[in-house]
Amino acid sequence: MDPISDAQTLAPDGDQSKRPKRPRAVPGRFGSYGGRYVPETLMAALQELEASYAKARKDKSFRDEYHRLLADFAGRPTPLFLAERLTQQLGGAKIYLKREDLLHTGAHKINNCIGQALLARRMGKHRIIAETGAGQHGVATATVCALFGMECVVYMGTEDMRRQELNVFRMRLLGAEVRGVESGSRTLKDAINEAMRDWVTNVRTTHYLLGSVLGAHPYPTMVRDFHRVIGQEARKQILKAEGRLPSAIIACVGGGSNAIGIFHAFLKDREVKLIGVEAGGRGHVLGEHAARFDGGGAGVLQGTYSYVLQDEAGQIANTHSVSAGLDYPAIGPEHAWLHDQGRAEYVSASDQEALDACQTLARMEGIIPALESAHAVAEVMKRAPRMEKSDVVIVNISGRGDKDIGILRENLKF
Amino acid sequence: MAIKFHKPGLVAYITCGDPDLGISRDVALAAIQAGADVIELGVPFSDPVADGPVIQRASERALKHGTNLPGVLDIAKQIRAQTKAGLIIFSYLNPILQFGLEKFCAAAKEARVDGALVTDLPVEEAGEYLKAMKVHKLAPVFLAAPTSTDERLRDVARHSRGFVYAISRTGITGTRQELAGDARSLVERLRAFTKLPIAVGFGVSTPQQFSEVNTFADAAVVGSAIVQTVEQNPGREAEAVGQFLLKLTGTAQTATAGG
Repeated sequence: MDPISDAQTLAPDGDQSKRPKRPRAVPGRFGSYGGRYVPETLMAALQELEASYAKARKDKSFRDEYHRLLADFAGRPTPLFLAERLTQQLGGAKIYLKREDLLHTGAHKINNCIGQALLARRMGKHRIIAETGAGQHGVATATVCALFGMECVVYMGTEDMRRQELNVFRMRLLGAEVRGVESGSRTLKDAINEAMRDWVTNVRTTHYLLGSVLGAHPYPTMVRDFHRVIGQEARKQILKAEGRLPSAIIACVGGGSNAIGIFHAFLKDREVKLIGVEAGGRGHVLGEHAARFDGGGAGVLQGTYSYVLQDEAGQIANTHSVSAGLDYPAIGPEHAWLHDQGRAEYVSASDQEALDACQTLARMEGIIPALESAHAVAEVMKRAPRMEKSDVVIVNISGRGDKDIGILRENLKF
Repeated sequence: MAIKFHKPGLVAYITCGDPDLGISRDVALAAIQAGADVIELGVPFSDPVADGPVIQRASERALKHGTNLPGVLDIAKQIRAQTKAGLIIFSYLNPILQFGLEKFCAAAKEARVDGALVTDLPVEEAGEYLKAMKVHKLAPVFLAAPTSTDERLRDVARHSRGFVYAISRTGITGTRQELAGDARSLVERLRAFTKLPIAVGFGVSTPQQFSEVNTFADAAVVGSAIVQTVEQNPGREAEAVGQFLLKLTGTAQTATAGG
């Protein structure tokens, strides 16, 4: 099964049946969510991107190139690893880890970057811009730009540049220009604003390589497709290892690209619980967390209609998470739809729980997960002991923790 | 709901609530006094992706002391009590969505504004908005961009009322040294699809640009230059904007009263 040519989805484009008081839909709807809310200047570019992608995904040479690079450059497939000591310690469900952290550049983000860079090349756009929070998407973008000889500009909030210093250096080493963003909370949301301002200015020559299942159509669909390979591999691997489907899959959710990537191959398997873990931050007060399903409401941010953390006047709230990659006030529109349908369940883990989980996984399994992924580990630590020994859980380790060493040092004193 | 443009035409944008709503009202009245045919009352938003640094800063200041959509509608009402000039609510979508689309249109009508322009609402997504605007006899103004295909321009023209706002160049709001060559050809392309007045904006800040735009369009939109004038003249915002606009339109010597 090919991740980008096979359109298995529970959210057919244009399903408008349950839309409350929304304007009429264009393609790219997940129930009532998604859409394309951008200034007119970008509309033609989004339509061009949509058409180019629709054509590319049907083109065998595009798919072959994408798969070749996933295998030879990024290092796919990634292993599915049985975490024996963690399983034993928690005393419940059998825990498997999907090792996206082993990919080139250290996270799942490279899957999407390879796909979009190939697409940009087909469209004749040789200047690439991107936003980054934790820096993983920025590094992956800088990497593919180096590979393809493209100009690369990455926008990053200065607060994130501070906490992800190492990734800033990596991007520069790869030849990318990193532009600090001083506005707002100086994190991911502000970096996206600035990238959109660049795109609206240079749209004729520039491709915006958006890093998550966010933004205007076709991004949430296209980015998901480029990550569906995660779930397709995991499904095959677990069937081989256990002869059965897992009881649950757990993944962290910022914008939600790694989660949608691993969820998608299991959407039709109703017996498989899909669990997304948001950043609980420091507490439940607005501004102290990034749990969109815990206090967020439907709204439009940066091109898409989804759950958004905002005040009653519709101004977007500040967010907090120890992990820069989850520190964002909106969630991908397909997650909003999966949430409302009850197909996926969304929970949160606090900063402290994530830090503890990171340390636990490091010491029990010899794997230091990214702080983002540590949120998923925190959830399996709560959930596995309550499950049967016959249950099987897959946790998506979306990235590795090397980039977080500075933050871990600040927070874990030994 | 017909909006009247004089020759040369002037549309003035202000970020409401910067430095406060009372001063924004006075700035609007001063702009009308100086000849503005239409005032765009900008609703500040936390994430203004289409705006440059000047309007970003003004929005931040306005939000800091809690400016919101009801407050903007309130000054619209006060301005309407004193003038017949065109009044347009200029906003990003989310503040309107949270207020309620239908409730917004009813309130806008009640404040007797002429219409609205929603920056991040392209025609494709505007179905229910258009319906509500029609019910309340409000003019939806849409943006046309140099990158818009002819097919898109036709849709923009078909759904716009009052006037069409043509963006002079790709990019964000803010003043520029020179007008892009994009503007003239965009207006020419648009004329094929509409008889509505066409206002050209993004980057207009000098008397030369103002008169140049008015040779091929029905009005020039001035935004960031006004917002910057407000920023730089604390305590005498309205007076400074009035003077700036008189100079811009080339009527500084002759006129004491505008449209």
